[in-house]
Amino acid sequence: MEPDLESPLRAHAGSARQEWKHPSDHWLRGFVLDNRASLGTLAVFIVMMAVFMVANPTVFTTWYLYSSVLTTLPVALFVVVPLVFVVTCGEIDLSFPATMGFASWVFALVVQAGYDPFLGIAAALLTGMLLGFLVGSLVVYGGLSSLIATLGMNFLLRGLIQIVNEGKSMALTSLSGSWAYKILSSQIYGIPVQIFWAIAFVVLSAMLYNRHRFGAQVRVVGDNPDSAQQMGIDVKRVRVKVFVFVGIGAAIAGTFSVMINFTWWPTAGDGYLLPVLASVFVGGTPTWGGIGTVVGGAIGAVTVSFIQTGVVAAGLSGFYVQFFNGLIIILSLLGHKWNQARYR
Amino acid sequence: MAERIIELRDITKSYGQVYALGGVNLSVDRGEVVGLIGDNGAGKSTLIKILSGVVRPTSGDILVRDKPVSGWSAARSRDAGIETVFQDRALAVQQTIVRNIFMGRELTGFMGWLKVNKEIEEASRLMREIGFTSKVFTPHSIVGQLSGGERQGVAIARAIYKQAELIILDEPTTALSLTETAKVFHFVRQVRASGRSILFIGHNIHHVFDIADRFVVLDRGKVALTADRSTVKSAEELINFMEDVAHPGGLPGLREAGEAEHQAR
Repeated sequence: MEPDLESPLRAHAGSARQEWKHPSDHWLRGFVLDNRASLGTLAVFIVMMAVFMVANPTVFTTWYLYSSVLTTLPVALFVVVPLVFVVTCGEIDLSFPATMGFASWVFALVVQAGYDPFLGIAAALLTGMLLGFLVGSLVVYGGLSSLIATLGMNFLLRGLIQIVNEGKSMALTSLSGSWAYKILSSQIYGIPVQIFWAIAFVVLSAMLYNRHRFGAQVRVVGDNPDSAQQMGIDVKRVRVKVFVFVGIGAAIAGTFSVMINFTWWPTAGDGYLLPVLASVFVGGTPTWGGIGTVVGGAIGAVTVSFIQTGVVAAGLSGFYVQFFNGLIIILSLLGHKWNQARYR
Repeated sequence: MAERIIELRDITKSYGQVYALGGVNLSVDRGEVVGLIGDNGAGKSTLIKILSGVVRPTSGDILVRDKPVSGWSAARSRDAGIETVFQDRALAVQQTIVRNIFMGRELTGFMGWLKVNKEIEEASRLMREIGFTSKVFTPHSIVGQLSGGERQGVAIARAIYKQAELIILDEPTTALSLTETAKVFHFVRQVRASGRSILFIGHNIHHVFDIADRFVVLDRGKVALTADRSTVKSAEELINFMEDVAHPGGLPGLREAGEAEHQAR
């Protein structure tokens, strides 16, 4: 028998067979949904810059302002990115400023002793890894709260630096002519070279976070450590690894901060604690672990750096900086809360 | 005789002074469905955790394919071809279906980089295979957005990837709708037909009776009964046995009430 093409039943069957389109099927909507946190941060940044530009168009169209931000921003980026991993893993690390100081101290010692700065960088990286491993092991195998234990380690390591150096700084004038300086920290057409290294670091880390076993395991451990363990993931090892990653980032950041100034101070890294933490959360990584965004964290760092420069450049007195810092942090958090859902 | 997948010999587990398991012997052969039943606190969960390597026994031996193993862990258990669908499903709810299916077993290529496309492909295939497909979710969907039955599907898909020899299902039908329960049963039969084994844990004895080839009744940390399907006539017989074990001599009040009801009919 010929099928009745006019039958309502048949029409119905046809529509049921049709695939229901998922919102993320369209590439643009999928992209927006997948990156809503970092896109939100980008929106905050653009709005903030627009306000600054309206407030003082002359200053915000001169290159000098951007050049000065781009000189110091990379230092923050090298620690913000690893901290996104730590927070995703359900931990926190407040010891990175001291690690920055400690690793850059080793770098300064090697350079002052007359060795090639590249050797100093290698030594600093090794120091950072070791300190990260020490802090991580203390938290993970010692079973301590990472909030308190890393705070303690920050004081302890900084104290060690102060005791040995008695507050004395180190001038490293020999750095200026070295290959290491030319490659890592000079300027090309007025653009500080270190920003390119920082961008490379952010891109590599974002891939590590999204497309590597390490990132996948960090997210799963932060999301549900019990399940991760039941599925055979060595949860403790993953946790120690993220602290080692912070150690590496802090070592790079510390080294760059010394190369910018040709001087090592016993307080190196101290000022980065709060701005860096703020950048992570302004960037859209939530506090509860499991999810996060490396690119968002980087944009958060850019936002936080521009607040300081921007407020002053916009013609307000320096007393307004803290107020605007706080305002941006609170507004961003409210925005992210509205923007993302938490699943349990 | 069929190959022995895993055997536990005289396993004990104590938490401080409290014995959760006091000398349990249990084995699962290839291609059989073993139903593990027991009251709350009988030690079922502890036994599963030991089989899946999450918890280490206090004493006793674990034999995989008749060879004693040392350094038993969750990773070793999975490597030995034992997959567990835990009662709480052990899912990371903020992650995608893909990330959950490949949790702890990421498909990686050069230097640990994920084979993203391969993972998506395999995940879609697995979800299709067990019939937990839907038009409203893709392998990229976040597990937290799925219903209970769909989450169970993800947990099962994870278990069947890599052709596990033995799949442990811990209370798989709890909190599932009728159609979802039917799907789980269909899946169990499918697995047995393919010559693999299942250890099915359930509190609903009728469910277990319907599906198992052999029953193991656990009571207060000990195996109270091991019986083949052929020797047990009905689920009621099992229930009566469990009542007897739990309350030797019977609960006077309960038994009289039962008899009174019987006579009234």
